[in-house]
Amino acid sequence: MLRTIDLGCERGDRILFSGLNLQLNAGEILQIHGANGCGKTTLLRTLCGLTRPATGKIFWQDLDIRDDESTFSEDVIHIGHHDGIKHELSAAENLHFALALSATTPEFDVTQALAHFGLTAQTHLPAYVLSAGQRRRVALSRLLLNNARLWVLDEPFTALDKDSIGVMEDMLHQHASKGGCVVITSHHSIPLAPDIHRELQLGT
Amino acid sequence: MRYFSLSKAFMAILSRDLLLALRRRSEVVNPLLFFVIVVTLFPLAISPSQAVLQTLAPGIIWVAALLSTLLSLERMFRSDFEDGSLEQLLLSPCPPTVVVLAKVLAHWLVSGLPLLLIAPLLGVFLALPTAAIPTLLFTLALGTPVLSLVGAIGVALTVGLRRGGALLSLLVLPLYLPVLIFAANAVAASADGLAVTGQLYFLGGLLLLSCSLAPLAAAAALKISIH
Repeated sequence: MLRTIDLGCERGDRILFSGLNLQLNAGEILQIHGANGCGKTTLLRTLCGLTRPATGKIFWQDLDIRDDESTFSEDVIHIGHHDGIKHELSAAENLHFALALSATTPEFDVTQALAHFGLTAQTHLPAYVLSAGQRRRVALSRLLLNNARLWVLDEPFTALDKDSIGVMEDMLHQHASKGGCVVITSHHSIPLAPDIHRELQLGT
Repeated sequence: MRYFSLSKAFMAILSRDLLLALRRRSEVVNPLLFFVIVVTLFPLAISPSQAVLQTLAPGIIWVAALLSTLLSLERMFRSDFEDGSLEQLLLSPCPPTVVVLAKVLAHWLVSGLPLLLIAPLLGVFLALPTAAIPTLLFTLALGTPVLSLVGAIGVALTVGLRRGGALLSLLVLPLYLPVLIFAANAVAASADGLAVTGQLYFLGGLLLLSCSLAPLAAAAALKISIH
């Protein structure tokens, strides 16, 4: 489903990587490994179309993502280092806004998505009183409010407690079993079946 | 599957920005107070004589409106950029031009419209003839949206820079000159009892031009900034 040809990225004048050829099929989870600063985040941002690659092309379902931005944007969801949560708004308000900007009708509603991450008690609290881990969980709840088939997750386990890590791992499994794709960076070793777990080592 | 609704997304962004403005009231009130204070400085610094103030009033009010808009411009994209919401907005199926338009409208409702409401009072304070007050309102109604629209381009270009504030004023103020010239001239002319339709048409033209082009430019600039 996701394919890159001769992909290369730069940060400033420094070449992070080049000649990257990737192929990710439906139901596969790609975990990207690499030391700090080797370009994991840049690769993720490039894959979801936020950063332009220095060289090469990215195809989603055999269409160049540059040519077909609107279809691709309905199919991809990115959770990056920043949570994209407004501190003045409550957890529910933040998610309602995310829902209004997505093009699909998800199986979950806002209350269910927050309950899934154990945030029922925090539903109406402004996000600035939440802890970093709780805000992370609010951000990750957006995955449930979207039918995007490609999840691009940058260190999603950061600041999460043990239970939430379990919830997140289950979500990855379920998404893959429904035929979705995941590109993820994490220093945490994710327990995944070897047939769906692909790994990429950057910076070697 | 349902289709993505542009109007729903537009309203969602608009109402979110208005709600955020309501929850951060100080950010909204500060530029307005700045506007009032700058205007009140002039009679104290120059002369309280009515004849002097009357000739200066249109210029003073418009320069103060320009500076106060400049003060509130950064709010348009800065916090969204810093907390990652801007990336989410640009990754959403909503076209970036619609995102920009919704945010500009929210910015104008929060910082342009209050100027409009308080300006007649300041006009009276500066001994502006009553006949010129409606013209002052017309120029502000046509001109302040242009300030928000053109400002959006500047903020979109500088939001990725760590200290973009000073650069923003250097970038945006020269672009505000046409609005300042036609608006202040219209108010001064109507104080002298002259016709002002020409200037108002020009301001209307500037509004249409910036309405159609600024969202495109700002959207392109935002894409560069989040690169």
